[in-house]
Amino acid sequence: MSDVNRGRRQFIGWGAAALGGLTLAPGVMLFAPAQARAPEEAASSRVRWGLLIDTTQCDGCTACIEACRRENHVAAPSRKTDPQWIRKVELKDLRSGKTHSAPVMCQHCEHPPCVDVCPTGASFKRADGIVLVDRHICIGCRYCMMACPYKARSFVHEALTDQNPDVPRGKGCVESCTLCVHRVDRGRNPACVEACAAAGRNAIVFGDLNDPNSEIAKRVATYASTQIRADLGLNPGVRYQGI
Amino acid sequence: MIVALTVAAAATAAYADAGRVPTPKIVIEKGGKCVEDVAVMRRNHMEFLKHQRDDTMRRGIRSTKHSLQQCIDCHASRKTGSVVGSNENFCQSCHAYAAVKLDCFECHSTKPKAAAAAGTAVAKGNP
Ligand code: HEC
Ligand code: HEC
Ligand code: HEC
Repeated sequence: MSDVNRGRRQFIGWGAAALGGLTLAPGVMLFAPAQARAPEEAASSRVRWGLLIDTTQCDGCTACIEACRRENHVAAPSRKTDPQWIRKVELKDLRSGKTHSAPVMCQHCEHPPCVDVCPTGASFKRADGIVLVDRHICIGCRYCMMACPYKARSFVHEALTDQNPDVPRGKGCVESCTLCVHRVDRGRNPACVEACAAAGRNAIVFGDLNDPNSEIAKRVATYASTQIRADLGLNPGVRYQGI
Repeated sequence: MIVALTVAAAATAAYADAGRVPTPKIVIEKGGKCVEDVAVMRRNHMEFLKHQRDDTMRRGIRSTKHSLQQCIDCHASRKTGSVVGSNENFCQSCHAYAAVKLDCFECHSTKPKAAAAAGTAVAKGNP
């Protein structure tokens, strides 16, 4: 680690958490994302944020989904058209009958089709790899929803109240998982990651795929992991282990 | 004609009586200073907000000086906890007077962060 980085960490004050991990329960560690930036510093393309989801540690539990709803003030969907930022998908190997459960959210592709098709530039990829909808510019055409091979995006059909001040959302725009960008920018883990660790599973690791010393990069380098529909060549930032 | 006059009278009542020209009643809840000189804020707050919007949204810059959340933290009414809702609420006072209509608060919370109770954004149904 360079001195510049060390200074910055101390300045921000998350130093201790950033260097080690936070022990939530015996054997359960929540790794803090290492790259906490100063507030006035822009997101950098040196960083590539991603998630590694270990499906062998994931079962019928819905802690991640509930945490996402609480954090982003997204109501539980009651109709097919209601917004849904993260969902559990059951996967079954037809030969062995073995089933897996895995949370699927925006896969934060390196080459996001949603960005390609967006007519206004609202759909965009931030320098650090987080794919977002700039809802100040979104006209609600929903091309991106059709382009996304992961069905990760939703349209807000109805007016909303009681939004989280950190997570503005409203009628007439497309939205999806933001990787909890409002938390990540402040050096915190996404809500789903925190909840999964608190539930004792630790099936989701968040971090910088470009930083060889990060927990996520080490795991990706050590264990076999896959991307959903890797054949499409989109290089998602969300990877899965055990499927 | 009578109707029009009554409406005009009712509308004027919401503004402070500053001589012959009605002016909006602007309630400042917190003492101290704004993030820029008041004269600059009156003219340019929308520019600051739009810059900040793009900086935060597109580039992840989280400086607070011109952040909308910060405006709300300082300017929310003590009575209603909000920056809009009535013509005495800060962001609505001038805007009602100048016939400016904002869509910001369809998405952005109108309440300070501390006061916005944890809950779920609920659908209001189509108006
Ligand atoms: C359709 C929803 C929507 C509308 C309408 C909207 N915003 Fe936003 N705004 C967002 C989202 C989403 C963010 C990103 C929040 C984040 O990442 O922290 C944001 C962020 C911002 C930010 C940076 C965060 C902050 O609090 O400083 C500013 C400034 C901002 N918006 C200003 C405005 C203004 C001014 C308007 C009205 C002219 C407006 N927005 C209307 C959704 C909206
Ligand atoms: C630290 C608290 C604080 C923050 C943050 C803040 N303001 Fe202010 N603002 C004030 C105070 C106090 C005044 C009255 C100052 C005075 O009269 O000298 C004021 C005055 C104003 C005025 C002039 C009102 C008039 O009398 O004509 C405008 C417009 C304004 N603010 C808009 C904003 C906007 C927009 C933001 C967010 C970008 C913001 N303020 C952020 C405290 C704040
Ligand atoms: C001193 C009176 C005053 C106050 C107080 C005030 N505004 Fe304004 N605002 C105006 C005026 C006047 C305009 C329109 C200027 C124009 O059209 O050139 C405007 C325009 C805007 C715009 C641009 C609207 C558009 O459609 O482009 C935004 C955004 C805005 N105000 C946000 C705010 C917010 C947020 C607050 C509360 C924190 C606030 N204003 C408080 C007077 C005020």
